[in-house]
Amino acid sequence: MSTYFAGSYDVAVIGAGHAGIEAALAAARLGCKTAVFTINMDAVGNCPCNPSIGGTAKGHLVREIDALGGEMGKTADECTLQSRMLNRGKGPAVHSLRAQIDRRKYSAVMKHKLELQDGLDLRQAEITYIDRDENGIWLLTTRMLGVFSAKAVIIATGTYLGGRIFIGEVSYESGPDGIFPSAFLGESLRRLGVKTRRFKTGTPARVKRSSIDFSELEVQEGDEPVIPFSYDTLIPPENKVVCHVSWTNENTKQIILDNIHRSPLYGGKIEGVGPRYCPSLEDKIVRFSDKKRHQLFIEPCGEDTEEMYLQGMSSSLPEEVQVAFYHTIKGLENAMIMRPAYAIEYDCIDPTSMLATLEFKNFEGLYGAGQFNGSSGYEEAAAQGLIAGINAALKIQGKAPLVLDRASSYIGTLIDDLVTKGANEPYRMMTSRSEYRLILRQDNADERLTPIGHGLGLISEERFSRFLKKQELIKTERKRVAETVISPSKELSEILVSRETSDVKTGIRLIELLKRPELNYEVLTPVDKDRPELDGAIFEQVEIAVKYEGYIKKQISAVENMRKLENKLLPDDIDYKAVTGLRLEAQEKLSRIKPLNIGQASRISGVSPADINVLMIYLMKLKGRGDKDE
Amino acid sequence: MDINTTIAAISTAKSSAGISVIRVSGEDAITIADRIFKARSNTKLCDMKGYTCALGDIYTDGEKIDECIATVFRAPHSYTGENVVELSCHGGVYVTARVLRAVYDAGAIAAQAGEFTKRAFFNGKLDLIEAEAVMDIISSRSKASVRAALEVKDGALSKQIDEIKAALLNKAAHLNAWADYPEEDIPEVEGGELLSALTVAETKLKDIIKSYDNGRILKDGIDSAIVGKPNVGKSTLMNLLAGYDKSIVTSVAGTTRDIVEESVSLNDIILNLSDTAGIHEAGDEIESIGVEKAKKKLSSASLILCVFDSSNELEKDDLDIIGSVKNIPSIAIINKSDLPQKLDEEKIKSNFKEVIRMSAKNSAGINDLINAIKRVYAVGDIDTTHALIYNERQRSLTIKARNCVHDAIEALHIGMTFDAVTVSIEEAINYLCELTGERVTDEVVDRVFHNFCVGK
Repeated sequence: MSTYFAGSYDVAVIGAGHAGIEAALAAARLGCKTAVFTINMDAVGNCPCNPSIGGTAKGHLVREIDALGGEMGKTADECTLQSRMLNRGKGPAVHSLRAQIDRRKYSAVMKHKLELQDGLDLRQAEITYIDRDENGIWLLTTRMLGVFSAKAVIIATGTYLGGRIFIGEVSYESGPDGIFPSAFLGESLRRLGVKTRRFKTGTPARVKRSSIDFSELEVQEGDEPVIPFSYDTLIPPENKVVCHVSWTNENTKQIILDNIHRSPLYGGKIEGVGPRYCPSLEDKIVRFSDKKRHQLFIEPCGEDTEEMYLQGMSSSLPEEVQVAFYHTIKGLENAMIMRPAYAIEYDCIDPTSMLATLEFKNFEGLYGAGQFNGSSGYEEAAAQGLIAGINAALKIQGKAPLVLDRASSYIGTLIDDLVTKGANEPYRMMTSRSEYRLILRQDNADERLTPIGHGLGLISEERFSRFLKKQELIKTERKRVAETVISPSKELSEILVSRETSDVKTGIRLIELLKRPELNYEVLTPVDKDRPELDGAIFEQVEIAVKYEGYIKKQISAVENMRKLENKLLPDDIDYKAVTGLRLEAQEKLSRIKPLNIGQASRISGVSPADINVLMIYLMKLKGRGDKDE
Repeated sequence: MDINTTIAAISTAKSSAGISVIRVSGEDAITIADRIFKARSNTKLCDMKGYTCALGDIYTDGEKIDECIATVFRAPHSYTGENVVELSCHGGVYVTARVLRAVYDAGAIAAQAGEFTKRAFFNGKLDLIEAEAVMDIISSRSKASVRAALEVKDGALSKQIDEIKAALLNKAAHLNAWADYPEEDIPEVEGGELLSALTVAETKLKDIIKSYDNGRILKDGIDSAIVGKPNVGKSTLMNLLAGYDKSIVTSVAGTTRDIVEESVSLNDIILNLSDTAGIHEAGDEIESIGVEKAKKKLSSASLILCVFDSSNELEKDDLDIIGSVKNIPSIAIINKSDLPQKLDEEKIKSNFKEVIRMSAKNSAGINDLINAIKRVYAVGDIDTTHALIYNERQRSLTIKARNCVHDAIEALHIGMTFDAVTVSIEEAINYLCELTGERVTDEVVDRVFHNFCVGK
């Protein structure tokens, strides 16, 4: 069998899941001739895990992807079945959008977008072999023996790479949803010198809608009005479906405990490390044995299907055990399982072997994104795909890379965590991972990132001018609020008394009223006579800026301090073992992680503040005298 | 490690020299010094050129603590290459320490060993060979700090800090789980419960700071005033205390004051004594100035020794004194215990926690006094060589943690959303981790998974 030369590209993306899609679109939009390879043309943008986009912190990621010029938010809006703003009342930092989506439609829309994109070829092919020629050009060989060349390659293989499914005692090589896995590429990467390891994840069963008894289940409606993910979606989607809530019980627990030895995880068959936050029901029952019941959500998978998703009920127990325990749950007594729950194990890498650009430190022009990098979740994958795609394009074009720092975004936090701290389990984004969460809100993603997206060329002029106008209006309204004086009146007193806040006897600036936690724009409408007609998003920005001013200022000053350290760059050829004064552990960690700057170095566990001092002095020595600022 | 901060330390030898210099260095050095220094000419330091100086006074909480000369150096023309203010104080060890504390309170942080030199190096003020020497210091410091961290880790402080940290972590984890997993049935965070946990943490942190300050105060001296109406034996007491151990008596330098000050050592307790003018209804104007000063001293002292005459009945002046020391740590000394008692002792006992009987003339009762002071400063059972926190750096971290907890409590009180509360709690945990040499971010996340059942 001999290979044939099949074509050459600037950027080749392996995998057309959520990471691959964003990577391919970004590279192509930045002017690179791009190919994206998928094992199965019908699995582009597949959502095998759950039929929803967003959620806590993940919703932030989607809005950030959109603000930078990515596609996930727009497509999610087009496919929304039900939308909710989670955590209302818990504070703007943790407000998060979550949408139930039509998973088939999502996949179709994304596939079509890839097909329509100029400079992008979507191809069905399994990449089995990866190599470099003597000029450093990457060569990808397909199962059909075609050889493609590319200046940069982005690996976004998801759970396909060395995928193996486990259902009780049964296990077989497979990608998600029974699609065949990428069975050869992992070996080829290992031969190249890329170290891989095994992670696992899982998904619950899908059951037939007509077999569920909804009559006694709690209904969960969407929120009105719907707030779209994308700043480009001018007409918000509508809520089309409802979800339902049910609970497990003592019988469910008993069945699982009786059969726990048949779980591949507890039976020792799975070596992969699973996430703590996405545990199977058997994990939850074993780890939290005192809990009597666990919640589940019954969610539709689409408008044109009767498959219903059982959120919270992931399992890798044998199919017969699944049937038995699902049937103990109220509403599911006669549920017909259309697809069983399963666990899937796959190859991924240690992300500390990558730079913050998501390029491998040891392999120039080779990038990774998504589950391949040790993360979990569609949104985390898409965020990395976007950054990898942008950086591959920038590198080919000889431009400076894009590195978003922790203070800029959840995207920056995600990538910094991955490449600095590594991932010992599939990494999921959470609001608690951001120390700057009061400024990294889902409502201001555009303010933080759209200028960057525009600078790159991923945001259209039309959209950018809309953005600038919005910022201008926010500024004007902020000024108005600061200058407007509200006179004391019976009307004002009534409002203040009814909101249980102190009354005023003299005129008071509107800003002082808005600062009070008990008050907001809405309740002040009757006394704020000269208020202009503006979009709600503008009032929202002003109100948050005013109410949280003290906290925001504090975080901004923390950011400034962090950025000063972030600007002290460490050359990549430092021999840390030769730096006297560094402790042994710090020498080893620094040699391995190769931080880009002092800030990143200070976040590596095992590197102490004293080590950082030594490093800064060493850095100054390197630079010699006279060069005072960096 | 943070080179963006402004640091301060006493840069002259710690002894009773005529002048001691406090150096403040960093971007905000001049602004910070302006907060506590008032020039006689009313010139602001920030309006002064480099290499110029001004005579003025140091104030803290409205009280003048020393007269000093402030010299302004502007970056890069200073030892460190940063903005620098040098405060040349007149006071002895004790007063200088108070000025330093005032500088910290105004925003500077304690300089680490070699830090001025390190900064000088960063700013190109030292050559390579000098830099190598600094490197050695920091390298050895690195080892020393590991040792120090280990001591903290095993010590009593660590145990207490760990307890506080664990409580805060549990609350942060709950708040985070509640926010990050809205669809899991995580119990609601209950405001009252949160508030009480935070209040407990704040109290504990305050206690740690207090124990340090008390320990410190024992080493640096307790600012004490002897008060009482005329002729109750104040001067006799003063002389007795001053003569208790002549060899360690040092007179505080720069005493251009009307109040006599002496630093005396009673076993391991040092008292910085002020013998005030007798407090009573002043007869003439000049005397009334003296009395006013005495009253002012009274309000700034850390300890009041209230002297009463056992052989006389309580008079209006005595009652006035009792009234004016109400909120200050004070000890009632019933003097002249050798004479027949006419004094209503019950009246005194109902106003003072500590009442002792002395005969200053016969040197009787001095041990009772020492024990009473120890009780007032709650150091009776604390071995001062093993204070919970060892240095100003730890103190300032503990204070920062306490302030963050306080912010969280404030946020709860005014009804801010829990995200703001959470951020303040996490900031407090960060400072506590810095104190014990650990890192934080993952701790909260780990606790979320440990305590709460969350999942897909």
